[in-house]
Amino acid sequence: MKKALRILAVSLLLAALAFWAATGAHRGWTVNNIAHETTDPVTGLSGVTYEKGFIPGWDFLAAAALAAGVMAGASFLFRGKKAGN
Amino acid sequence: MRTRWIAFLVWPALALALPGLAAPETFDFKDPKNGNKIEFKLDAPMEKIAGTANAISGTVTFDPQNPGATRGKIAVATASLTVPNGLQTTTMRGSQWLDAAKYPQITFEATQLKNVKTIGTNTTADVTGTFTLHGVAKEVTIPVEMRYLKDKLAERLGANQQGDLLVITSTNFSIQRADFNIMPGQNLDKVADTIHLALGVAGASPK
Repeated sequence: MKKALRILAVSLLLAALAFWAATGAHRGWTVNNIAHETTDPVTGLSGVTYEKGFIPGWDFLAAAALAAGVMAGASFLFRGKKAGN
Repeated sequence: MRTRWIAFLVWPALALALPGLAAPETFDFKDPKNGNKIEFKLDAPMEKIAGTANAISGTVTFDPQNPGATRGKIAVATASLTVPNGLQTTTMRGSQWLDAAKYPQITFEATQLKNVKTIGTNTTADVTGTFTLHGVAKEVTIPVEMRYLKDKLAERLGANQQGDLLVITSTNFSIQRADFNIMPGQNLDKVADTIHLALGVAGASPK
């Protein structure tokens, strides 16, 4: 159990990092409203419309790191197998 | 006899020319193509916030022959202010900050134009008016550029819709949130007091 929790914690952290990097390594807050700009050829103005989406930011990484830390910490509550048993 | 002949020739000419002379037009800024927007930016030491609002309405009366007489009111739905982060958007619209439920509109009503300069169909001016935000009305002056696009409505909305367009832009003005009683003096490290605003809106005057 102890080992499983530690492996899970590391896996979670690595998966979160990989997902964050794969979605553009966004350095701000997590984006839920993705803006699309379109320029009107007559007026020259650029309008914006939003669509729902998910681009993880640093808060996503922080949450993943916190969850991994809790798991790793919880692993210390379990006893390791004694040598010779 | 000669005078009658002149009158006979002049009156039909005037009758034909008069409709062509520009008169004050009323432009509606509720854009069916949703192309109008106001951008806002806040640059606090710990955090930068940037977003837009696009639910814009209002009317402006503009006379191409006398741009200095322009008057009107532009309104923005508070609930349309959006930032990329959903939680921040909800917080911004919530009761602690903009309180969109209690103050559903942000408005600017133009009352006076100064430093009016017109070149061709472009007019620049400093527009003074009443800016109302978070239930607080305050007089502000905004530098604007107005472009009168005659007979361009059909090009934008389709051939059946004849009319003119008025494009109003302003890229350089700011307000202080404390002046509008928005959490004055609080959270200044994350939410700057100065709010930079940029406006880009087009109004239609159908014929």
